[in-house]
Amino acid sequence: MNMNSSVSNASVSIKDLSLNFGSVSVLKDLNLDINDGEFLVLLGSSGCGKSTLLNCIAGLLDASEGQIFIKGKNVTWEEPKDRGIGMVFQSYALYPQMTVEKNLSFGLRVAKVPQAEIDKRVARAAEILQIQPLLKRKPAELSGGQRQRVAIGRALVRDVDVFLFDEPLSNLDAKLRSELRVEIKRLHQSLENTMIYVTHDQIEALTLADRIAIMKSGIIQQLDDPTTIYNRPRNLFVAGFIGSPSMNFLRGELIQSGDGIAFTANGVNFSLAGYDASETLQPGRKVVLGVRPEHIKVNENTGGEEHDATVDIEEPMGADNLLWLKHAGHTMSVRVNGARRFNVGAKVKLSFDMTVASVFDAESELRL
Amino acid sequence: MANIETLNTTAAASDAVAPKLGEGPRGARPRPALSGRNIMLYGTLIVAALYYLLPLYVMVVTSLKGMPEIRLGNIFSPPMEITFEPWVKAWAEACTGLNCDGLSRGFWNSVRITVPSVIISIAIASVNGYALANWRFKGSELFFSILIIGAFIPYQVMIYPIVIILREIGIYGTLTGLVIVHSIFGMPILTLLFRNYFVSLPEELFKAARVDGAGFWQIFLKIMLPMSLPIFVVAMILQVTGIWNDFLFGVVFTRPDTYPMTVQLNNIVNSVQGVKEYNVNMAATILTGLVPLIVYFVSGRLFVRGIAAGAVKG
Repeated sequence: MNMNSSVSNASVSIKDLSLNFGSVSVLKDLNLDINDGEFLVLLGSSGCGKSTLLNCIAGLLDASEGQIFIKGKNVTWEEPKDRGIGMVFQSYALYPQMTVEKNLSFGLRVAKVPQAEIDKRVARAAEILQIQPLLKRKPAELSGGQRQRVAIGRALVRDVDVFLFDEPLSNLDAKLRSELRVEIKRLHQSLENTMIYVTHDQIEALTLADRIAIMKSGIIQQLDDPTTIYNRPRNLFVAGFIGSPSMNFLRGELIQSGDGIAFTANGVNFSLAGYDASETLQPGRKVVLGVRPEHIKVNENTGGEEHDATVDIEEPMGADNLLWLKHAGHTMSVRVNGARRFNVGAKVKLSFDMTVASVFDAESELRL
Repeated sequence: MANIETLNTTAAASDAVAPKLGEGPRGARPRPALSGRNIMLYGTLIVAALYYLLPLYVMVVTSLKGMPEIRLGNIFSPPMEITFEPWVKAWAEACTGLNCDGLSRGFWNSVRITVPSVIISIAIASVNGYALANWRFKGSELFFSILIIGAFIPYQVMIYPIVIILREIGIYGTLTGLVIVHSIFGMPILTLLFRNYFVSLPEELFKAARVDGAGFWQIFLKIMLPMSLPIFVVAMILQVTGIWNDFLFGVVFTRPDTYPMTVQLNNIVNSVQGVKEYNVNMAATILTGLVPLIVYFVSGRLFVRGIAAGAVKG
C-alpha cells in the first residue's frame, strides 16, 4: 500500500479514513494517494466498500474518522459542489423532466454561471461526447449508451479536477459496455483529468486503470498497476479475484529437492526453478501454489518437468479453448489456443511455467 | 400446406417427431367470449356495480320529483314530471335555524376551509416527506415514528384539548382555527405518503443534484417536484375528500354562521319541524357530495398511478 505522507503532488489524498454505519465498520483506516491525471480503479465484489469510498470522496457520505484532500486542500467537511469533483452514476441519474441540454447545464445554472459561458461549455461537452443531435431530447428518448454519455457530459461541463465513476457501465449490454469503455479511456487520454472509477468488472479494471486498488471488507488489499496485480498478486484474495477463469491453487508444502526448492502436493513434486523469489522459500513451509490457466503448457515438449493429466471437460470459447484437467487429485483449468481441440479423457502432458507462478503462505495468505 | 410441411420435415429430418409438425393446434389459443369464467367475472362485476349505483339512482330520481309524487311511494319509478325546484330550494332557500339561505352558505364556508387546508397541509407535508426521505438527520427516524403514531390516535381524544388551545389563542369558532386543525391532522398520513414516494425515487438522482451544487430547496423545487405530480394528486384527493366530508371538526370548531356544508346538510336533513322534504334532502345530499365526486372523476387516473407508483419501481 502506498503510504505517501506528502499531499501536495497528489490529486486526491485519503488519510486514515474510517466510516461506520452504526456498529458496522465499512471502511477501516484507509490510506490512498492518487496522482494528478491518474486513472485509478477501485475494484472489488459488492459490499467491499468501494462505492462507499467513492461517496466519501464525493462528499455524499461523511467520514467517521480521517481526512480527504483534493488538490492539496482539505475537503473533509466541504460540500460536494465545493470539492471540484464530477460524478457519473450507474443508473445515469439524469433529471427526467429536463432536456439533455438542461441536464448538462443544471450545475452551471445553479452556480449562476453567465448564459454565454454555459452555452459555450455545453457545446464543447456535446462535441467531445458527440451528443449534439440529442441536446433537445428528454432522457426517456435516449438509449442507455446515450444516457451514460450525457451523464459523463454533466461532469464534463463543470470543469472539475476529479471525475468519479460509480459503476458507469454496469447497466449497459455487453457490446455497448466495451464501446463506452474505449470511449472513457479515450476521454481520459485527451482530458488528462484524475479519474476514480468503481467497478466489480475486472476486465474494465485491467483495461482502463493506471493503477488498481483491490478492496475487500473495507481494506485495500493491493494497489498496483494492472500488470503487477495480474502477475504478482500480493495475497491469495487478489490472486483469486483477478483472472477468469481464476488462478489454479494447489495446497501443499515446500521441500528440498536436489540443489533447489520444490513444491509437493498429493505426492507430486513441482520444481520451483525459475520462481522469482525462490531464495526466500524455506523447506517445510505450508504454502499454496498459484498458476494461471495460460501459464500451463499442454503437450508442448518444453524439455522441463512434465506432469500427466486427463482432460475432463473442454470449453471452446472461440479464440481460446479452456480445458478442465484432472491432475493428481486436483482439478485444473488450462487455457490453450482455440484451434487446439482435445477429446474428453485424453491423456496429456503438462508443464508449468514457474517464472510467472505465485507462492503464498498457507497461513498468512501473503505472497512469498 | 403440403409444401410447408415438406420444408419443415426436411429442416428437422433427423428428428423423430418432425413429420407431425404442421398438424394440431397452432397460434393463439381460442378463447370463447361466453365461457363460464367470463360469465362469472362480468356477472359479479355487473351485480356489484348495480348494488352501488342503485342508491345514487334513487337519490337523483327522487330529487327530481315533486312532493306529491314522492308520497305515491314508488321510489324506483322515474319522475313523471321533472322539477328542479328541490335543487334550487336546497341550494338557496332551505332553512337551518335562523338562516334561510340553503346550502350555499355552507358551500362557500367549506370552500374557504378546504382550499387553504389542502394547500397548507400538502405544502408542509411534502417538504417533511422530502426531508425525511433524503436528508436524514440525527433522530429523523424517531421523529418519523412519532409522526406515524399520530396517525393512529383517535381524533376524539384530542378534541377537548384543541378546543382549549384554540380558545386561548383566540381563534376558536373561526375558519382560521378549523384550517389550522385540518392542516395539523392531515400531517401524519400525508408525510408518510410523501416520504414513501420520495424514498422510491432513485437515490442517485438526489446525489447527482447535490454534486451539481443544488441545495435543499433547489433539489426539492427543481428536481423532486416535477417528478411528483402523481403523488401530489393523490394527496390532494385524500385531503379534499377528507376535509370536505369532515363533520366532526366542523361541528365542534365552528359556529353556526361558519358551519361547513356537511354540518349544514345535517341540519337541513335532520330538521324536525314541518314536513320531511325528501326531494330537497336528496338534492342537498347530492350537492354536498358533488365536489369529491368531481375531484375523483377529473383525477382518478392520476390517483391510481400515484397509488401504484410506490409499488413498482419504474
